[in-house]
Amino acid sequence: MTTDTTSLRPSAARPRAEDTSSSARSRRAHAQRRAQLTAWAFLAPVALYLVLFYAYPLWKNIELSLKHYTVASFVSGNAPFVGLQNFVDVFSSSTFAPAIWHTAVFVLVSILVQFALGLALAVFFHNHFPLSGLLRALFLVPWLLPLLVSASTWSWMMNSDSGIVNAFLESVGIGQINWLTSPDWSLFAVLVANIWIGIPFNLVIMYSGLQGIPGELYEAASLDGANGWQRFWRITFPLLRPVTAITLLLGFVYTLKVFDIIWIMTKGGPSGSSTTLAIWSYQLGFGSLLPDFSSAATVGNVLIVIALVVGLIYARVQRRLEV
Amino acid sequence: MRTKTVVRIGALVAAASVVAGLTGCSAQSSGSGSSDAASGTYTFWDPYPQYDASSAWGKLVAQCGTEAGVTVKRTGYDTSDLTNKALLAGQQGKSPDVLLVDNPVVSTLAQSGILTDTATSGLETGDIAENILGAGVIDGKTYGVPIGANTLALYYNPKVLEAAGVDPSSVQDWDSLTAALAKVKAAGKKGITFSGINTEEGSFQFLPWFWGADADLTKLDSAKAEEALDLWKGWIDEGYAPNSVIQNTQTTSWQEFQSGDFAFGENGTWQKDAAKEMGAGVITIPAKDGGAAPVPTGGEFFTIPVQKDDARYATTKKIVECLSSGDNVVKTDNTLNYIAASKDLQQQQLSGNADLKTWVEAVGAARARTGDNLGVKYPVISEQLWTAVQKAESGSASPSDALQAAQQAVDDKLQK
Repeated sequence: MTTDTTSLRPSAARPRAEDTSSSARSRRAHAQRRAQLTAWAFLAPVALYLVLFYAYPLWKNIELSLKHYTVASFVSGNAPFVGLQNFVDVFSSSTFAPAIWHTAVFVLVSILVQFALGLALAVFFHNHFPLSGLLRALFLVPWLLPLLVSASTWSWMMNSDSGIVNAFLESVGIGQINWLTSPDWSLFAVLVANIWIGIPFNLVIMYSGLQGIPGELYEAASLDGANGWQRFWRITFPLLRPVTAITLLLGFVYTLKVFDIIWIMTKGGPSGSSTTLAIWSYQLGFGSLLPDFSSAATVGNVLIVIALVVGLIYARVQRRLEV
Repeated sequence: MRTKTVVRIGALVAAASVVAGLTGCSAQSSGSGSSDAASGTYTFWDPYPQYDASSAWGKLVAQCGTEAGVTVKRTGYDTSDLTNKALLAGQQGKSPDVLLVDNPVVSTLAQSGILTDTATSGLETGDIAENILGAGVIDGKTYGVPIGANTLALYYNPKVLEAAGVDPSSVQDWDSLTAALAKVKAAGKKGITFSGINTEEGSFQFLPWFWGADADLTKLDSAKAEEALDLWKGWIDEGYAPNSVIQNTQTTSWQEFQSGDFAFGENGTWQKDAAKEMGAGVITIPAKDGGAAPVPTGGEFFTIPVQKDDARYATTKKIVECLSSGDNVVKTDNTLNYIAASKDLQQQQLSGNADLKTWVEAVGAARARTGDNLGVKYPVISEQLWTAVQKAESGSASPSDALQAAQQAVDDKLQK
């Protein structure tokens, strides 16, 4: 903003300069407003899309959980507002604590093992040996297969009497384990299947992260006499922190929502031993002949809150990493 | 000049997207589906996505429509999806004119208020067998007519039974069945396979044994119910039934039976052609003390959802009656592997195919799951029943504890 010292003198000495300066200012303001309107016009489609496909369904879900819907009131639309009663019912249900525990175990063990194995494989493939490209592509197959195919194949392999996993275990003398039909092993069985499916994702992202580390650092380190283990822990791992953070976050949010694998393999059973929050939400809403949409929406909202909290933690971690 | 064009383009894009959004919204909630009476198009939803317009069923539906003087637009949905689609359509005021749904769902939809009863729609139930019609009767009002019924029976593999020295006609009650299973196991073969999974299929397969012990669905923790669960648990413990029954669907159970190692397989009418191909025979499921156990009915019901325009019901009634009576329904039931819903039509089916004798007998002893005015209580009871069965099967609770917990949960839920 220019301060025209000549205009301080209240004279008609330079009328044209005054006119041009004020009209120039108004023209500038007009141009600024037009630029803002243009910006809003370009944002409008995106804003509309976000409102229609994100905000509205989210609002509807919250509304479902704050009212008590039966099939009759779902159709007629006049369900009574019950405030937090649905949440109280969900938290005091006997399925809640086991579901939270199973979800925690399933998610944390999944992402830790997937990450560790994915990183190990990425470091292994970083050495570029013959056929490494082909092998890496083959390692992607679990991720590329439709979940229905993977889950059905794992179910078939883990069949108590006729699965090849048990056949192998019996041949080495361990005996039959009821992977999918025993309350003790069902969570472990779906964990194994989920880890198998998630390793390629971690492999791909960590591999591309490794490409970003300059090779000179390794050369300098080996000149200083560092062995492979030290090179990994003092160079590779610290420099991979941003990539690690995003991988773990994406892995967490994805694994929190895992439904297909558990549903196809065990349907959350037997007797709720592999029920996670996502499975419970589906069971409440669509798993029986009488849908209970309010409770299902409530459990869904709990899931959203958990994912949101982790997302916020990630944002803070990322800001600290960038400093 | 450039900024002006840019603003104009931007404004156009914004306007276009707003218009598109609004038309999208309004198309969804127009609720004027019933005003098509003038154009004579009636919508028909059924759970047979495997039949397209060129199939016998598709052509029959179109034909009944033309006979009633209108065009019928038919859509096939996956049966587990159809309840939710029907509820959503009812909410939007765009229910189809004819809705063919699985029978235990009829009471849920009736309670939601989207179905008309026969008094409103004028549908006649005449000579339909009462036990099959039961699923559509709630509080004395009938909400639909069955297309036919299927049910469960015990398929047996004659070769395995012969090798074990068991005569299939000797299986008359639970004790003789267990004795037969013991003989089969001693001969090195596998005994019986069924579906004990934690879904409605599991409850469906357990009910013949539950009712065969004379137990009542309103008292899950009775001693009789415990006997039924003890029977299944005993078979699994003794090795007569495989561990996989805990996660078997009826389809995977049938695949096990088809492997040829099993003496018995509990399965339904829909497998009768496959059974004939593999040379398997069929007997009714025995009750605890002899006789045929009451078996649950499967099969769909024709229902007429509520429409804004009452005048449509007359034509809809004609379409439904065309499809649910006479030669049409016998043809359809033969294709779908159902048994017809009235005694006369059953005789007609029998005269065309004498193999159906066991099935007609079984359907005669059958019961609707939502009958006896259980209605919408049934889904709650069923969910607890399959949970209890799975707990006992997997050994995480004894049969009596599991059933007591189940009854407790049912009481808690139904009191709310």
